[in-house]
Amino acid sequence: MKASKILLAGVALALATGLSACGEREQVIVYKQGKYQGKPDSKPWESDPSASLYTSSKWTAGDKTSWEAAIRARNLSQNEYNRVP
Amino acid sequence: MAVCPVDCFYRTDDGVVLHDKDLCIGCGYCFYACPFGAPQFPQAGAFGVRGKMDKCTFCAGGPEPNNSEAEFKKYGRNRLAEGKLPACAEMCSTKALLAGDSDVISEIYRQRVVKRGKGSEVWGWGTAYGQPGQKPAAPAGAKS
Repeated sequence: MKASKILLAGVALALATGLSACGEREQVIVYKQGKYQGKPDSKPWESDPSASLYTSSKWTAGDKTSWEAAIRARNLSQNEYNRVP
Repeated sequence: MAVCPVDCFYRTDDGVVLHDKDLCIGCGYCFYACPFGAPQFPQAGAFGVRGKMDKCTFCAGGPEPNNSEAEFKKYGRNRLAEGKLPACAEMCSTKALLAGDSDVISEIYRQRVVKRGKGSEVWGWGTAYGQPGQKPAAPAGAKS
């Protein structure tokens, strides 16, 4: 009686172990916006304009809107018709 | 980005796709998957050499602190954090290369065609740069 119980438990354990390998795992990494495995990046507008020697645009550190305005002004300066009439 | 087995890619708020070189294992999957041919690998020798992936960062650096020595060594200068545009666009003397938001860029192209009076005959120009309710510039003809 006891031997058959042990045998039954053994079979159940073997089945569970064997079938666990048949389970399908998700193989594709689900990319979440802003989340990945590496280090978190700092935003470009977080840096202080005076911290870098080569900064030429002016914005307030941490203010995204002012940084975007500075970049937009830079964007528009690419237009040769704005620079040379 | 999805093919990366170590998930080292991320996209910034401005839409720039960057990667963490500390995580990259140089497997080359992104090289085959990218439709733009952005990932670059060391090409020396017939079979290349093993190395981490490198790509254009839109001069936005990487996940290291902005304008730090480590960021400069791994990813080059972070010009966006200096309030500048990518070096290729800003150095281009003929302004054939432009960088920035697409609405600004397309407006510059549109203005070029309108002022020069040619260029709108290019197939698809109206779809790309034309504005609704505005007639495309007439081709000038003789001048090229």
